[in-house]
Amino acid sequence: MRGWLIALMFLAALGVARAEEVVAGLSQNQVSITAFFDGSEIFVFGAVKREAPPPPGAGPLQVLVSIVGPVGPVTVRRKERVAGIWVNTDEVVVDRAPYFYANASTVPLREMLSHTDQMRHRIGLQWLVGLRGTPEDIANPFDFRDSVVRLRSNQGLYRQLPGTVRLLEDTLFDVSVPLPANLVEGDYTARVFLTRDRRVVDSFETNITVRRGGLEDWIYRLAHDHPLIYGVLSVALALGLGWAAAAVFRYVRS
Amino acid sequence: MQLYLPIAEVSVNLFLLLGLGLIVGILSGMFGVGGGFLLTPLLIFIGIPPAVAVATQAPQITGLSFSGALAHLRRRTVDIKMGLVLLAGGLLGSLVGVRIFKLLSELGQVELLVSLCYVVFLGVIGGLMFIESVNTLRKSRKPGHVPVRKRHVWVHRLPIKMRFRTSHLYISAIPPFAIGFVVGILSAIMGVGGGFIMVPAMIYLIGMPTAVVVGTSLFQIMFVTAFTTILHATQNYTVDTLLALLLLLGGVIGAQIGAIIAVKLKAEQLRIALAGMVLAVCLKLAFDLVVTPADLYSLTGQM
Repeated sequence: MRGWLIALMFLAALGVARAEEVVAGLSQNQVSITAFFDGSEIFVFGAVKREAPPPPGAGPLQVLVSIVGPVGPVTVRRKERVAGIWVNTDEVVVDRAPYFYANASTVPLREMLSHTDQMRHRIGLQWLVGLRGTPEDIANPFDFRDSVVRLRSNQGLYRQLPGTVRLLEDTLFDVSVPLPANLVEGDYTARVFLTRDRRVVDSFETNITVRRGGLEDWIYRLAHDHPLIYGVLSVALALGLGWAAAAVFRYVRS
Repeated sequence: MQLYLPIAEVSVNLFLLLGLGLIVGILSGMFGVGGGFLLTPLLIFIGIPPAVAVATQAPQITGLSFSGALAHLRRRTVDIKMGLVLLAGGLLGSLVGVRIFKLLSELGQVELLVSLCYVVFLGVIGGLMFIESVNTLRKSRKPGHVPVRKRHVWVHRLPIKMRFRTSHLYISAIPPFAIGFVVGILSAIMGVGGGFIMVPAMIYLIGMPTAVVVGTSLFQIMFVTAFTTILHATQNYTVDTLLALLLLLGGVIGAQIGAIIAVKLKAEQLRIALAGMVLAVCLKLAFDLVVTPADLYSLTGQM
């Protein structure tokens, strides 16, 4: 009897998931950081595809658009006062933390998603910023993890944007997610979640590539792939400019 | 207008950079110093990572001192032989400095090192300069007093004597080599040319004639910073050429304006003003080391 009930619930859940599907698109899948890059924005839009009207008594439909940037380890250092001055003493490597993370949604996250679903879909900073092993010789290692969240939030890299997604007639939605000027190169992921009654109904995922463009890219590659040529070139350009300046001013004065 | 710097990986206002270069250029033209000691802290202050700020100063100073050295070479106010001895010490010092820099960057202590070096050197130099210029100002009020320069100090008794014709000196090569070495280390660690240490050292320790001091120091600085640029570029990947060229552009123009202003001011007043500025930068940095920072935590590595 109980087994039947679970199977039935499972099928019902599956049925709901099929009943509403998200179709979404992005204004751009490729962001190029060029010389005059001053931040950008990604416009995410989409629609909810339905085969049948939503079951009566179901909660309102909510939409979450989440963009997460290149994930990697971060070295966090803590200062301590040593002989009167502040010195970096303890150091902890936070194993995984995204560089950029923005959550744009119709309502605040906790109102539209249960704790379990946040964990299952890795939504929210508590699942994205992680400390795998905690060093024993350091007091309060989790403060280091929290400082990553705090510092990156202060820099505008971690953003919660509740109420920014516009949802029309429970069908059409759009949002413009701002990307800051201090963006870095890497692979980003954009995810769209439809939720009802604090559970994920359907989701969509796509990639955004952020690359340096034009001259910036050329300079960066040269500096890292051929540092000697780059160094010599830097000196040559500096000498050239210094010489040109001297020549110009000598001409002006005479 | 924001400009994205490819190596520093930050977006900075283009006119702010040109303006900074210009102001520091004016000051350097007025006082005859490179201005690196002002520019490095200012760059860090506007958000350039310290490692990039220090390394990027090197090519900027190369260009600036080349511009100045050319004028001195034309006027034959460069003691090339002395310059080469200083340079030999400088190249070795730069090599050592860049290694120290790399080591401490890995340990996360590079900011502390840069700040401490600044506080110590600017404090000592600024303090000495201030006392000196106040004394000269006081003495110049009494008529008939001629300042006497001591020509024979202990450093002249060292071995490996060499003849420097342009400077009219027959002295040991050890002191200039050692001075060059120290300046080379500082140039790599602090992002300065080191003129503010080398010039007084050349006058008071070596006893060089004032006429050739500036030209010779520019000659040495030009080569040492060029070498430092290449070392930082190949070992730390922290030289931002775009940033350097923008600062240089503002700097060379500013230096010319500064030179014109300097002619209209009295030398003693200039020296007191410079000493005051050096001490102000020193106090600001010392204050930042002692006062509790806004956030005790810092992140490294973009990723």
